[in-house]
Amino acid sequence: MAGSASIAIEVGRLRRRLGRRSGLAVAGLAAALLAVLALGLTSGDYPVTASEVAAALLSPLSGAALPGIDFIVLEVRLPRAALALLAGAAFGLSGAIFQALLRNPLASPDIVGIAQGASTAAVFCIVVLGWSGLALAGGALGGAVLTAAAIHVLAWREGLSPYRVVLVGIALAAMLSAATSYLLTRARIQDVQEALGWLVGSLNATSGGEIATLLAAMALLVPTALILARGLAPLQLGDDAARAVGARVTVTRSGLLGCAVALSAFATAAVGPVAFVAFVSGPIARRLAGTGRLELLPSMLVGALVLTGADVVAQHALPGADLPAGVVTGLFGGAFLLLLLGRVGRAGQVD
Amino acid sequence: MSDASARLMAERLRLSYGERVVVPGLDLAVRPGALTVIVGANASGKSTVLRGLARLHAPAGGRVLLDGKAISTMRTEDVARVLGVLPQAPVAPEGIVVADLVGRGRYPHQGWFRRWTEADEAAVAGALVATGMAELADRPVDALSGGQRQRVWIAMALAQETDLLLLDEPTTFLDISHQVEVLDLLTDLVRSRGRTVVAVLHDLNLACRYADHLVAVRDGQVFAEGRPGAIVSAELVERVFSLAAQVIPDPVSGTPMIVPIGRHYRTPRAMS
Repeated sequence: MAGSASIAIEVGRLRRRLGRRSGLAVAGLAAALLAVLALGLTSGDYPVTASEVAAALLSPLSGAALPGIDFIVLEVRLPRAALALLAGAAFGLSGAIFQALLRNPLASPDIVGIAQGASTAAVFCIVVLGWSGLALAGGALGGAVLTAAAIHVLAWREGLSPYRVVLVGIALAAMLSAATSYLLTRARIQDVQEALGWLVGSLNATSGGEIATLLAAMALLVPTALILARGLAPLQLGDDAARAVGARVTVTRSGLLGCAVALSAFATAAVGPVAFVAFVSGPIARRLAGTGRLELLPSMLVGALVLTGADVVAQHALPGADLPAGVVTGLFGGAFLLLLLGRVGRAGQVD
Repeated sequence: MSDASARLMAERLRLSYGERVVVPGLDLAVRPGALTVIVGANASGKSTVLRGLARLHAPAGGRVLLDGKAISTMRTEDVARVLGVLPQAPVAPEGIVVADLVGRGRYPHQGWFRRWTEADEAAVAGALVATGMAELADRPVDALSGGQRQRVWIAMALAQETDLLLLDEPTTFLDISHQVEVLDLLTDLVRSRGRTVVAVLHDLNLACRYADHLVAVRDGQVFAEGRPGAIVSAELVERVFSLAAQVIPDPVSGTPMIVPIGRHYRTPRAMS
């Protein structure tokens, strides 16, 4: 055992190196996020300089008001950027937890039925009940939670098997998409247009209520998820291996799934089922950090970066047309999936 | 059975999958400080027995006692500090490096306020050295060979630093030299560190060679147990594995060696 002490030092060094790599990923992503936020606040039909943005952000404190610029920065652009950041972070964390928990890169909430449940409920609220605003968001939230409950009940067999959750979720997603299509075919054309706008996912009509609701939900859910995530590392190794090291498999899995479902449901209620943000955030974060660890914080930052970036692109890609962010994330997400599939042939497996 | 010194034992343990009863009522005391090997035919319930002992399979009746207490009533973290388990087919997360995976065996020793300490580092290092994986500590597990990967999982169980270690077919998917290597390692754990090890094995000859105590399982019951040399006979192989065989002394160790006969060699000489 003479070498054991020096190996222990090596192990410590290796762990610190991996920790630094995660830290570097967090720092880089945070810097990129700040840059995108700055771009979003300065650019647009009415360009504002960086110093004017800074003055406007500080105006509630300084009292030095520049009415026109304050309105554009504080009332129009900041809420939109803030909502994109919050919803993106929620999608990113939710997707990374789903994928780690279900040990499947395809098992993100927008694939296994949560987004589809929210969509069916939202379309029902729009075309049948004529709801909008926070009532509509509440309906979407209810749809997502009901779908998650249905998946839980249908997949339960003396515990939750990851494989069953994914299959049950995909089956429900297909049925819910069919229901959404049916509702759309029966609806008035004006309602259909509104419903389609919601389904693509967009930040074009951001309200303070949506931001406050999402922020409050995340203030509760994000810390809870990060605390429960201590049990996620053993769960990644399989149910038996997790039990072997003393993890409480069923409680941890149900609690984390609950948090991830709620995060995705609140984010979907706020901005619609924006395609692929939840799906790509975890894999991108893990590849950026390159540590082989969970990287939940980087996943949140990637989600925030993707959605804020996509919204900036969506606003300015085509002159005069304010595209929904979901169009851009859909293109980006599709391209990433193809890249991932391209790796299958060489590496033999995805994720 | 001398049960007094056993730290882990099953009492009338009944294990089932839904309606199907696999282990109807098992009494077994694990010999302390010895390598116990459980053998049996496919579907004999040998892995289920191990899973039951390891509290991975909840009993339908009876109980498993760890240091005199019913294991199902103990906190699972408390069990994990005394009893390590290497289950079948654990999953290595993509890209994880060897030392990180081995470090996950430290889970039951850590908590919310006590995360990663020098004791954890020393345990991981000790496990890496014991399994000969120290050189590869910073490699991604994906890049290792099957034999190396199996040693990483054993190292993770060792890093848990438990007195008792249960392994479910630790030599599956390994070639013969790696099988021997793993069994040598388990023997080291028992002989030089006083650990108590229970392993389910497929290879009867290696089981006879390495086991201090052999448990032959048939239909979820202990058919015979004892020193391999004392219990293994052509009749036992016939009854437990439904296989006609000759049993001869292993030329290296003197332990029983099973030579299967098979349909094409049922000559009077082979059957004698």
